[in-house]
Amino acid sequence: MRVLGIETSCDDTGVAIFDSELGLLAHRLYSQTALHADYGGVVPELASRDHVRKALPLLRTVMTDAGCAPADINGIAYTAGPGLAGALLVGAALGQSLAFAWGIPAVGIHHMEGHLLSPMLEPDPPPFPFLALLVSGGHTLLANVKGLGQYRIVGESIDDAAGEAFDKTAKLLGLGYPGGPAIATAALKGSAGRFRFPRPMTDRHRTHGAAPGLDFSFSGLKTAVATEVARLGSLDSQTIADVALAFEQAVVDVLAIKCEWAIEATGAERLVVAGGVSANQSLRARLNELGKRFRVRVYFPRPAFSTDNGAMIAYAGLLRLQAGVSEPASFNVHARWAIEDLTAPS
Amino acid sequence: MKLLALDTSTDICSVALMIGSNMRERDISGMRHAESILPSVQALLAEGGITLGKLDAIAFGRGPGSFTSLRIGAAVVQGLAFGADIPVLPVSSLAALAQSTDAERVLTALDARMGQVYTASFLRGEDGLMRSIGAETVCAPDDVPLPDGTDWTGAGSGWDKYSDLLCQRIGARLKEWLPALFPRARGVAALAMPGLAAGEALAPEQALPVYLRDDVARKAGR
Repeated sequence: MRVLGIETSCDDTGVAIFDSELGLLAHRLYSQTALHADYGGVVPELASRDHVRKALPLLRTVMTDAGCAPADINGIAYTAGPGLAGALLVGAALGQSLAFAWGIPAVGIHHMEGHLLSPMLEPDPPPFPFLALLVSGGHTLLANVKGLGQYRIVGESIDDAAGEAFDKTAKLLGLGYPGGPAIATAALKGSAGRFRFPRPMTDRHRTHGAAPGLDFSFSGLKTAVATEVARLGSLDSQTIADVALAFEQAVVDVLAIKCEWAIEATGAERLVVAGGVSANQSLRARLNELGKRFRVRVYFPRPAFSTDNGAMIAYAGLLRLQAGVSEPASFNVHARWAIEDLTAPS
Repeated sequence: MKLLALDTSTDICSVALMIGSNMRERDISGMRHAESILPSVQALLAEGGITLGKLDAIAFGRGPGSFTSLRIGAAVVQGLAFGADIPVLPVSSLAALAQSTDAERVLTALDARMGQVYTASFLRGEDGLMRSIGAETVCAPDDVPLPDGTDWTGAGSGWDKYSDLLCQRIGARLKEWLPALFPRARGVAALAMPGLAAGEALAPEQALPVYLRDDVARKAGR
């Protein structure tokens, strides 16, 4: 079975074709980062306008890349949420109408399910069940994954997502948008130890003797950085690098500590890490180390599939379509959509 | 000529199928565009006894109008046209609105929110089709460009919302204004026919909205 995947939930247009026997045949991403950079964040209306211009040309290119004729495609998957409603509607409308014209099934995919399954695009994919850490600009959560559509959240952010904290801190430091890569690059030149920021919600563990809390909080960390930056006044490039490093270390520490507690609590044998922040090399190194210590195998998508992409949507679509799931041509999208509301295909 | 047409520029979405001189149309009301548009297309094609691939082109109301609805329409047209390997024909939603009247001279105004309207004026040609005189624009009802001459008929949701202001603005040039009129897919189909005959149909990815309002975000620090 061969599935075309379309991702338009935020500021990236992604299209890919995944074959059940041959694997990933082609994938392309059109990033709108430059478009939104001047605004300091994603402008939903501009994002939607760009998706409707870029999605079909990208789809044509991917078909050519994959050497696919229309008759070779057996199903279409599109991101149905969560995300920006206007942006999601473009991908849903295109995917559904194309499936209608080709007379093939279409399926709406939960964006975070796509991320969660993205390490399965790699050779030697993780088998179910596993513990998953999803870290992106919109989400930070730990989930127990029993199988396709069987996700139970064991911890999540009570305020900002980790990626959001990266974006806001980068803005404070004048490092531009998106913040993740900007902070990581600046941190490479930082000297450790000059600053130290709090690791929110990581000190309740042993002191109270209660079960460790697996929820996250990043807004206090962001405020601590803001306070330090205000105290410093003007920032030279070394100070920016030092603050960036101290911030990155704090986020990585928090994520690693929560993963450690979650492994202890669930007895998981595998840890899957996905979402935009999972591209961060310090986080990868730290979690690999954790995995070795606990004899837990840690899986990441390749960095290109950590961030939004069409391949993960094509793959999730393949699994659901193979299980007989499809949506009627009467489509809709869900700007808000809890991953726990998904169900296993019956 | 065999043409599928749709308009999604307002709350009232419609789909039409034109086979020769035979026109069928379906309305979808209440902002249920995404849920209803493909089932309506399917029902219309079934009634007409035709498949997508047998059509000559797909015409669509390219705007102006509700941004999100326009994009649903454009993306649906892109997918249908690319999937069926047929071209597309963009038609002004304001022209389709003018076409939905029986009048000869129509001053259209669609509610653009934020205290503005999308507007243009149209004259009916000898072929019965509306042609714009002057550019389409987005402006406050008080600033609607005044068309030359008299006997103008007002039409569109902008008139429904701002009839007092617009009547005052147009004054003696106005003959009447017609309530509760919308752009219709049948008008889109009729207006697309000359372009189709003239070989002006475009590739599917050219099915793109025309928004008129482009100042939708403010850059940081300005």
